[in-house]
Amino acid sequence: MRRTGPLKLCLICGVVMIIQFFIPHRFSKNLFEEAVHWLIVCGVPALVIGYYSIFHVHWTKIRRKREGWGYSIIIFAAVIIVALIGFIWGIGEKSVFMKIYQYMTMTMQATMFSLLGFYMASAAFRSFKARTPEATLLLIVALVIMFGRVPIGESVFIKLKLPNLVEWVLMYPNMAAQRGIGLGVGLGIMATSLKIMLGIERGWLGGAGK
Amino acid sequence: MRYIKIIYLFFFAFPLFAQEVDTLPLTQEFAPPLDVRAFDTPNDAGRAITVQWNLSPDNSLLSGYEIYRSETPDTGYQYVGYMGRGISTFRDNRGVEDNTSYYYKVRGRTSTYEYSEFSPISSSVSSSSQWYHKGKTNVLIGLPLFIFLIFWAVFQAKMGKPLFIRKIAGLDSLEEAVGRATEMGKPVLYVPGLSAISDIATIASMNILSQVAKKTAEYNTPIIVPNRDPIVMSVAQEVVKEAAIEKGRPDYYNPDRVFYLTSSQFAYAAGVCGIMTREKPATNLFIGMFWAESLLLAETGNMTGAIQIAGTDAVTQLPFFVTACDYTIMGEELYAASAYLSKEPLLVGGIKGQDYNKLVIFMFLALGTIFGLLGNNFIINLFK
Repeated sequence: MRRTGPLKLCLICGVVMIIQFFIPHRFSKNLFEEAVHWLIVCGVPALVIGYYSIFHVHWTKIRRKREGWGYSIIIFAAVIIVALIGFIWGIGEKSVFMKIYQYMTMTMQATMFSLLGFYMASAAFRSFKARTPEATLLLIVALVIMFGRVPIGESVFIKLKLPNLVEWVLMYPNMAAQRGIGLGVGLGIMATSLKIMLGIERGWLGGAGK
Repeated sequence: MRYIKIIYLFFFAFPLFAQEVDTLPLTQEFAPPLDVRAFDTPNDAGRAITVQWNLSPDNSLLSGYEIYRSETPDTGYQYVGYMGRGISTFRDNRGVEDNTSYYYKVRGRTSTYEYSEFSPISSSVSSSSQWYHKGKTNVLIGLPLFIFLIFWAVFQAKMGKPLFIRKIAGLDSLEEAVGRATEMGKPVLYVPGLSAISDIATIASMNILSQVAKKTAEYNTPIIVPNRDPIVMSVAQEVVKEAAIEKGRPDYYNPDRVFYLTSSQFAYAAGVCGIMTREKPATNLFIGMFWAESLLLAETGNMTGAIQIAGTDAVTQLPFFVTACDYTIMGEELYAASAYLSKEPLLVGGIKGQDYNKLVIFMFLALGTIFGLLGNNFIINLFK
């Protein structure tokens, strides 16, 4: 039962969803929306498991005084303080809670995102070294694209019609490669879904798959 | 003096002004849109009616068209929508009830709110839900063919026929990567992507985690699996635990190493980057669905000197992984990974079936291109 139960459920749900795909009727639409709601509802108890995991990891770290255990205290303190602020002063638009979110959380997230700019530069520097013919081709194409996408490139190489060349590279060779990958991904998704539904692929079941 | 001015205006100026206005038309006359047709929107869940009309001959002078609806043909028309100049179709789904008769009429409007006459009234129409989507007939025909080819290949594999699968460098190097971590006495970091378990890429990642965890359990190399989704975490814990049991090392599984980090995208990226710089794993595996954080993770891993293998079906993130990782499992290879690693005949059969399907699609593409160039769009239309 531990093995066949999830597999049968998976097969039934999969077949129902395939049939649903071909039926535009409101009944079918409602069924799909209900399934999506169930997915969200199932996720909520899982969040408690997630929080338990965080608590367990950091509590063990503090208890055993592992390296960096002080940071775990900061995590607990942050969770408790922010939760208390939310409970006491509310989470309205001008509340302290929202200010913490806006001026601390958002700022820190923006900082992480901004790092991408520097990482892109370092990654580009490494990959654009013309060591092999392929890397040289990549370097040339990258330079053409970069120059063609900025106004200075357009004005300097106006006779070469660089923006048109860039557009062509993006629209044809680049798009062809992307569609090729997309086609493979689509088939892969369908085949994997089918294998999961039929119980051929069971790795995701963990212990129940045996 | 003031009274003289008023008398002058009353007797002379106003009649002159009035005469000038009389000679000008009050509003310019515009031709109305013609032939308004209303019909039940096809292949939908009901409560929607599509209205089409022929553009007004003065279309270029108008800014758009106003659409009116009523339940009786003569009176009670209410404004239901506006479409810009040159557009001759409107989908009405505001307060439409199924099995109720409606009538439509349309008029042109200029940017200065001058109007054309109303069009003739459409014939009566009512909406309804459909039980079959006619536009998906090609999928309905293609799906059994797809399933048949998969089954056929799986059957062949079951009968013991050897099936060839091309080499995938990224997957071949997994063993080497785990071996390197073992030799260095450092952990393996496995990032299962940032998507939910409902994403097939995440399920594929769990299948690969199962194979990787078996190897790490065999070599007794610690594996760290930080998660962004609690459900994915639960599945990952189960997968690693089972792999440890299968390799006869139940004590290998440590729930504190397969843990939930955070649901916030960049906080997760920061957390994983922190793990990479602190724990210095010898091997980083980024397998699943990734977004903007892909380069943050891969570049940090590159700086720590770890051997890195990435696998994703996110086309936009592939260049970042190709740049910063040693091996990249691209697109469909991600879904072939568990079959490739386990060498299980049934799974390998599935991959082969996938290849047969690809061949069929390639044939249609080639035929569609040839016929399209010859001016026959029959094959192209099959896929619309």
